[in-house]
Amino acid sequence: MAVTQLVGAKIHRREDPRLITGHGHYVDDFLRTGMVYAAFVRSPYPHARVRKIEVTDAAKAPGVVAVYTARDFKSVITGATHPATPSFVAEKKHVPERRPIAETEVRFQGEPVAVVLAESGAQAVDAVGLVDVDYEPLEAVTDIEKAIKPGSPAVHEGAPDNICWDLAYAGDDVTAAAFAEADVVVKERIHQQRLAPTSMEPRGVLAEYDPYDKKLQIWMSSQGPHFIRLFISGALGLPESNVRVVSPDVGGGFGSKISPYPEDYLVAAAAKLSGRPVKWIETRTESIQNTTHGRGEIFDIEVAAKKDGTLLGLKVTQWLDCGAYTATFSAFQPCACLMAGGAYKWKGISARTVGIFTHRVPTDPYRGAGRPEATHLAERAVDLVAREIGMDPVDIRRKNFIQPQDFPYTQNFGLVVDSGDYDKSLDKALELAGYKELRQQQADLRKQGRYLGIGLSTWIEICGFGPSAATAPATGGIALVESAQVRVLPTGSVIVYTGSHSHGQGHDTTQAQIVADTLGVPYDSIEIRHGDTAEGPAFGYGTYGSRTLAVGGLAIHMACRRVIEKGRKLAAHLLEAAEDDVSYEQGKFMVKGSPDKAKAFGEVAFASYGAGLPDGMDQGLEATAYFDPPNFVWPFGAHICVVEVDPETGSVDLQKYVAVDDCGTVINPLIVEGQLHGGITQSIAQALFEEVVYDPESGQLKTGTMIDYAVPTANEIPDLVLGSTVTPSPSNELGVKGIGEAGTIAASAAVINAICDALSPLGIKHIDMPASPDRLWRQINQARATAGNGQKGVKA
Amino acid sequence: MKRKVSLTVNGTRREDEVEPRLLLVHYLRDVAGLTGTHIGCDTSQCGACTVLIGDKAVKSCTMFAVQAQDADVQTIEGLAKGDQLHPLQQAFWDEHGLQCGFCTPGFIMAGVYLLSQNPNPTDDEIRKGLEGNLCRCTGYVNIVKAVRTAAKTMGGQTKQPQATAATAGGD
Repeated sequence: MAVTQLVGAKIHRREDPRLITGHGHYVDDFLRTGMVYAAFVRSPYPHARVRKIEVTDAAKAPGVVAVYTARDFKSVITGATHPATPSFVAEKKHVPERRPIAETEVRFQGEPVAVVLAESGAQAVDAVGLVDVDYEPLEAVTDIEKAIKPGSPAVHEGAPDNICWDLAYAGDDVTAAAFAEADVVVKERIHQQRLAPTSMEPRGVLAEYDPYDKKLQIWMSSQGPHFIRLFISGALGLPESNVRVVSPDVGGGFGSKISPYPEDYLVAAAAKLSGRPVKWIETRTESIQNTTHGRGEIFDIEVAAKKDGTLLGLKVTQWLDCGAYTATFSAFQPCACLMAGGAYKWKGISARTVGIFTHRVPTDPYRGAGRPEATHLAERAVDLVAREIGMDPVDIRRKNFIQPQDFPYTQNFGLVVDSGDYDKSLDKALELAGYKELRQQQADLRKQGRYLGIGLSTWIEICGFGPSAATAPATGGIALVESAQVRVLPTGSVIVYTGSHSHGQGHDTTQAQIVADTLGVPYDSIEIRHGDTAEGPAFGYGTYGSRTLAVGGLAIHMACRRVIEKGRKLAAHLLEAAEDDVSYEQGKFMVKGSPDKAKAFGEVAFASYGAGLPDGMDQGLEATAYFDPPNFVWPFGAHICVVEVDPETGSVDLQKYVAVDDCGTVINPLIVEGQLHGGITQSIAQALFEEVVYDPESGQLKTGTMIDYAVPTANEIPDLVLGSTVTPSPSNELGVKGIGEAGTIAASAAVINAICDALSPLGIKHIDMPASPDRLWRQINQARATAGNGQKGVKA
Repeated sequence: MKRKVSLTVNGTRREDEVEPRLLLVHYLRDVAGLTGTHIGCDTSQCGACTVLIGDKAVKSCTMFAVQAQDADVQTIEGLAKGDQLHPLQQAFWDEHGLQCGFCTPGFIMAGVYLLSQNPNPTDDEIRKGLEGNLCRCTGYVNIVKAVRTAAKTMGGQTKQPQATAATAGGD
């Protein structure tokens, strides 16, 4: 094998020249001859009966080409739409049928009821205002606690109790012994607010239908174009081979561009109905209103522990707001239950997940999808116990960590944690943060009446989705493996097609690094291609769940190895040597012991397309591989956050953020750091700023613009101090894990633990997210009032 | 209905008939065919559409194309001199100041303006100077670093590359 040269190197991204000069190709940059623009008429009500839709005036408006309602689409969208995977919830109580456009009843604000096509985008929007929809507003329920109360309006007839699923992974019998021997039991209710993924590029679809060849081409901003081809071809009754989906440069996704959306079906169908190419680009308000939200959960937890800090048992109930329908991957989020134990050993964990319908846009994976919630509750649980028994948060963690010699470690739900060294990353983080000094500083400041807090998050996660043995039952038979095809051209340059698809992660660079090392060919002679279903292997599984490297990268590695194997056979033939005597190193096939007898990779490639091949060998040098990993991969790390809270205003000054993370072997440290920066920032944003808010009375979205939905600016985020440890994964040949979601999985707990630590002198034990100034100010005042009334509330 | 507008875009004089309500950003993208200027929101929060008008950074969604009459507009496409990247473009590349790249043109244009006003900014000044632009991928860490690096490369150069008179009635 080639000696590693590029893996681990800080190589600058090859994607960047086009992006920094304004020459990227995002979906809105594409034009087609005869193209029209779509705009959607959307329900302003969270729940209403649609009595009548009058389109006459809109249809006559300048530039309008067509106005379509649900009835018009019936002849085109003939198949099922919006598949819902069973995912981690094996048994669903009720999965309602979902159509992309409402006909008689709308179930969330923003649900489409009509589509306008016009010659210009502005004309389409003008005409939307002329579509007259007669709604009969119905009682809506936009709160999961209310939704499960008897007498609440039912979102679907088939689920009168609004329960989408209710599943116990493990009952209380599993934790009975642990709770029986406990010295302390702490309970908490932890909210995970709804979040808007908010990729900077909103969603967008451009579709063109050729009625003569019966071919549909779609350009769209997607994390998984092959799945979109699968779903849309089925819905439109077209052979999958007649549909091509191209996902060009994608301006971020964070999980929100995996599932098929109503607009994906409707724009494609409108192109077929109208005979014109149709483009639709989501506005930001449409995005916050209609792109699936993340989180949206309440967790009730109970923790049993001994006085010495030994963790014993954990009971978790997840109440998950599914929204108005079961989104394609919404049932992935119960993985929060399976990961609730975090980095610790427990005698027993009982867990129940309840999915609940509300009249809101569906929830679906958002960066981390279940694992940020797991970390948040595990890390809060540990801190709550530490606080109860007066133990340092560092000590309680160390006491309960799964130890290096325990790996592979089968955790409470049977998942096998492949590797880890949790003390090591914690040690490093404590050193980088100056933990002892910080505690001293905290003590000094407290004497001055100031509130400094230090919060830890010793997170772990499961990623690299996934081994088919584990994912097939969870996805209704879909194996989330990954494909790759390596084609060596006659002159030795290489084109690699991968089923994963970058939406900002720099795959073109890191995957070329892997190929360069595995094949031993120059980095610049390697082209990485993805995002076009007309190219490469028959199916690609896409990019999400921090899987691209640990699954897709290994598929590429595997295909490269197959190319080398064929090259070795051919080289042996050309060198007149036995195949076993030919080795491959640094781009050369060599006869062992006779280094002068060698053929360069390019020579063998050229020969492979010519005559005189060994008997039985056909021409060409290319290989396809589908990699099915033997296990998930398990990154981990330790984050430390330092805040000072101003008790008079409730504002949080985030003073320091230290993160030591371990994602196994690193391909490109530059990119790993970038992923962590972004991931941590999104998680800090959840902890402090962001929340999708609906008016509780009217069910109206109150945070429909970037003025109200508080994505942080550069002003709100401190410099992040990063460190790393490297514990290669034993689950794959490259030793790699995932890092795309790690920061988001880790950080919210560190921030909230820091705020709780800061406010502990006031007796405050728990803070919900976002820990906005008004929330903190109220909580601080309440705590002071309680203390002032002479009640228990102030703790040392 | 349509009105004539004449302006200079990246050094080239243009004359077009446009609807009065056409925003400058749509003019640049749909009429001038310069798609490097992006649209990330509807309310002038995200800054993805930032361009230079004369010596000022302007969010091109905050003005109509007709308001750019006689203006000298520079977009991301006009920043490099042939193959020679602007120091800020180079710094964004070197420091991994971008991931998905969608917000990047706006950040670079805002950064060019920032450095023209303050050739040696502190980190706080950089963060403050870029608060009109949103990025969802980088956590801003490497964007701040890139501006710092560019400031060094440019050696405290006080004039911005495009030194033209401000004529537009931006916001």
